[in-house]
Order: sequence, then structure tokens, then C-alpha cells
Amino acid sequence: MLEIANLNVTSAEDNDQVQILGNINLTLEDKKIYVITGPNGGGKSSLAKTIMGIYKSTSGKIKLDGQDITELDITERARLGIGYAFQQPPRFKGLKVKEMLKLAAGPNKKINPHDLLYDVGLCAQDYLNREINSSFSGGELKRIEIASILARDLKVAVFDEPEAGIDLWSFQRLSETFQKMHEEHDTTIVIISHQERILRLADQVILIANGEINEIMSKEKILSDIESLDDSCLCKEDCNKGGRASVGFNR
Amino acid sequence: MLDSIDKNLLEQVADLHKIPQGAYNIRKNGEGVARNTTKNIDIVTKKDKPGIDVIVKPGTKNESVHIPVILSEEGLDDMVYNTFEIGENADVIIIAGCGIHNPGKKKSQHDGVHEFFVRKGAHIKYIEKHYGEGNGTGERVLNPKTIIEVEENGVVELEMVQIKGVDRTIRDTDVRLHKNARLIVSERLLTYLDQTAESNITVELVGENSTAQVISRSVAQNDSKQVFHLNLRGYAPCRGHIQCDSIIMHNAQVSSIPEISALHSDAQLIHEAAIGKIASEQLIKLMSLGLTEKEAEDTVLKGFLK
Repeated sequence: MLEIANLNVTSAEDNDQVQILGNINLTLEDKKIYVITGPNGGGKSSLAKTIMGIYKSTSGKIKLDGQDITELDITERARLGIGYAFQQPPRFKGLKVKEMLKLAAGPNKKINPHDLLYDVGLCAQDYLNREINSSFSGGELKRIEIASILARDLKVAVFDEPEAGIDLWSFQRLSETFQKMHEEHDTTIVIISHQERILRLADQVILIANGEINEIMSKEKILSDIESLDDSCLCKEDCNKGGRASVGFNR
Repeated sequence: MLDSIDKNLLEQVADLHKIPQGAYNIRKNGEGVARNTTKNIDIVTKKDKPGIDVIVKPGTKNESVHIPVILSEEGLDDMVYNTFEIGENADVIIIAGCGIHNPGKKKSQHDGVHEFFVRKGAHIKYIEKHYGEGNGTGERVLNPKTIIEVEENGVVELEMVQIKGVDRTIRDTDVRLHKNARLIVSERLLTYLDQTAESNITVELVGENSTAQVISRSVAQNDSKQVFHLNLRGYAPCRGHIQCDSIIMHNAQVSSIPEISALHSDAQLIHEAAIGKIASEQLIKLMSLGLTEKEAEDTVLKGFLK
């Protein structure tokens, strides 16, 4: 279980303190899927990076299974079982896919790289010996990134827009993979996404805007909200749809 | 004849654990100490200057030649001239390389001039590894010069590696490619402490449809300095591509000086060069898998120099 209490993150830019995240309070339970959604620039990735330790919090506490991890660095958090699949994973000249998966699994865990790649819709024969360099497309890179998270035994796995760049045909497979991970392990799964089909996997949906948690709701509620969004418009001007959006993004 | 220091040097520069199979010539502290020739590959000592002639008969296939040089004393200044005659349609691997163990205060230096004649349709893979060790303060210096003439339809693959322990190096490589000849160069260089390295590669594409690909990757650490002059000259319809990538760390300095000259309107030449630190995203990604920052750095460098 991951508990986040009164978390604030600020960054100093041009001598100005800019608030990135404000007063975040969240309890993420084992064996549950949380989907974080909300407008671009609202703080979703920042929250994910703060959980991984990539961003340092200015105040507040983060606890993993009761242990205070607020002051721990990336490596220490990773070793306790936190994982983060990057939104834009980096490329590595000279590092092969199978080597990356081995690094991800760690020295003591045996993995079957064929199964891992199958789970993200890639053929092991074509990919295991390829270097993760610029010959990879964005979508291929994202799948390797997801496979590197699946290779680990995690307490908390955070996926940052995992479906971005993944083609329609593979989308179904990806949803099944999340479901399987959910059923087979006690992992707390956090997925940042805007996709309705990903929202449908959620036990709870967390709406983040302007660096704050706007609302925590059931997927049923957000899905019905989206339906009404489809019928209305967000501009709130006197346009054709004359919209009255029911999901308030605190604009 | 070969003690444990020699054996370690041989392992480092030629991946040799014992006396190799096939043709070989081992040179130690300025003298030839072991040699073997085969039916197809002859090795002859030069009469006018130090060095050997390696003669590969036309049509020789799947054979290798090991010609390692080891220096295990301080104060040596070894100079050697080797000539390789690779017969038509031969296909061989040549493993050269030099290891210096300098136990003392005086400089130990090995300068080698390697000249290759790759005849029509022949294919060689030439691997040259340079390595230095020893607790003394004496400098370990290696200055190789490689001159290669590649005749019609010939293919040359060069693998030049210097990863550890060489304090000063100036490496000159000059290649001339004739009709349909192909060159693939892969250079790997790591310098640290106050080491200096200079690599000058000039490729002249004189024949129609000749192609050259030069990939140079280097890592400069501590206070070391590296300079690269990579030069392609196209005199005919030809294609050439240089890719020069360096990772710079600490207080090191790297200069990458490109030169491409098209002397024919159908010459297509590309030069790409980049110098930069290890991308922080790469380190963060590996750390988020549980590696320490140091382990992450080593993993990135190891892959980069592979």
C-alpha cells in the first residue's frame, strides 16, 4: 500500500517558486488499478515521478507498506518495489533488449523474456537481440519499456501513458496484460491515461488538474461524465453545442 | 618463454589464452619469439627493417593470423613495419594488437606501420586492440599507422579498440578504395586520467561504387583529451558515411573535426558528429530498475563502447 500525505512539489524557475503539485493526499491499495487522468500539464507525470523519487517533494510524506520512503532516492525506492514506465523512454546504444530485461529483473530473478515480449505484443525472435537504439519506433520503445516493468516483482507499478503510440491491434493485448498483472500479483497498478478503454480497467479514477487532486471517483462516474461530454462542449461560449461540461477541470 | 604477465597481455589484446591455432607471429620486447605458418599463409621476417611480411595465398578461406606485440619492460622504444599481401578472393581474419606492461619510470613505446594490399575480391577483418598496464609511472605509448589499398570488389572490416591503460596515442589510418570496394571501420576509444588520444582516418574513394562506413565511438573521462580527424574524399560515384559519437565526462576535452570532400558530382558523403554527456534520462531509467548511479553509468558506457 502506498500512502501519500500532504505532498507538495515546487520547482525554482527564474528565482520564482512554481508549484508543481499541491496538497496531494492519496491512499493506493494493493491489488487495485488506479487510473490518473486530467488535462495536459496538470501534474500527472509529476506525481508519477515524485512516487519514483525522480522529483523531490518539498513537503509531505510518502509511505510504502508503512515505511517512510520520503527521503529515499530512486535506486532505494526501486529496490523496495516501486517501478515507473516512462512516458518517453530513452534509447540505449549498444544495449540489447534481452540485456535490458535482465537488468530490470535484477540478478536474482529468472525471467522468460519470450513471454514478457509476447505480453506486450512483440515477437521475441525479432527483438531480443536488437539494440535499443534509434532503429526503434516510438511504439516499439514503449512496449519494451512496459516489458521492462513486467519483468520486475513490484509492489507499485506506475505506467505513464502506456498506450501512446501503440497501434489499435495491440491495444487489446495491452489491456489484457494489465488485467493479468492485476490478477496474478498483489501489485498496486497506477496508469496515467486519457483512453476510455484504459479507464474501464480502473477500480478508481483520479482526476488531477492544476497540480491538485480534483476528484477521486468510480470509473462508472467518469464514463458517464465522458458520455455527457461527448454531447456537450467545454468552451462554455455560445457555440453550436452551447456546451455545459459536467466535468469541471478547474479552468 | 611466456610468463604470466605476457599471457595476460596476450589475453587482453588477442583474446588468447594459449598459443593460437593457425598462423601467428608473437613479438615480445622488440624480438620475434614465436611463429607458425600454414600451407596458405606465410610469414617472413623483413631483411631491410624490423617487421614481417604476411602473405596470404589467393583463395584462402576461413583462416586467421594472430600477430600480437607485447612489451613488458620499461624504457623500450619498439618500431615495426608489417606488410600484408592478401591474395585475390581470400577471406581471412587478422588479429593484431599491442599490450604494454610498464613496471618502471621510463617510457615504453611501440610504433607500428601496417601496410595492407587487399587484392581483387579479397575480404579481411582486421582487429587491433591496444592495452596498457603496470604500476610504474613510465608512460605507455602506442602509435599505429595503418595503410590499406583495397582493389576491385575487396572488402575490409577494421575494428580498432583501445579501452585501457594507453597514456599517449596517435593513430593514423589511410585507406584507398577502388571499384566496388567496401570499407567498414568501427573504432572504440576510452581515455581517462591525463591520457591523450588522436585518431586520424582518411578514406579516399577513388573507384566507382566504392563505399565507406566509419563508426567511431569514444568516452573521455577525468582530464583526458581526444581529437578526431575523420576525412572522406570522394573522387568517383561513391558513398561514404562517418558517424562520430563521444561521451564526455569530468574535465575531459574532445574535438571532432570532420572533413568530407566530394571531387565528383556523384559522390554522396555524410558526416555526423556528436559530443555530449550521458543523457540523464538514461541514468534515471536504469536507477529506476534498482541500479546505483555508478552501476547505471557503467552500463551505459559498456553498451556504448561495445
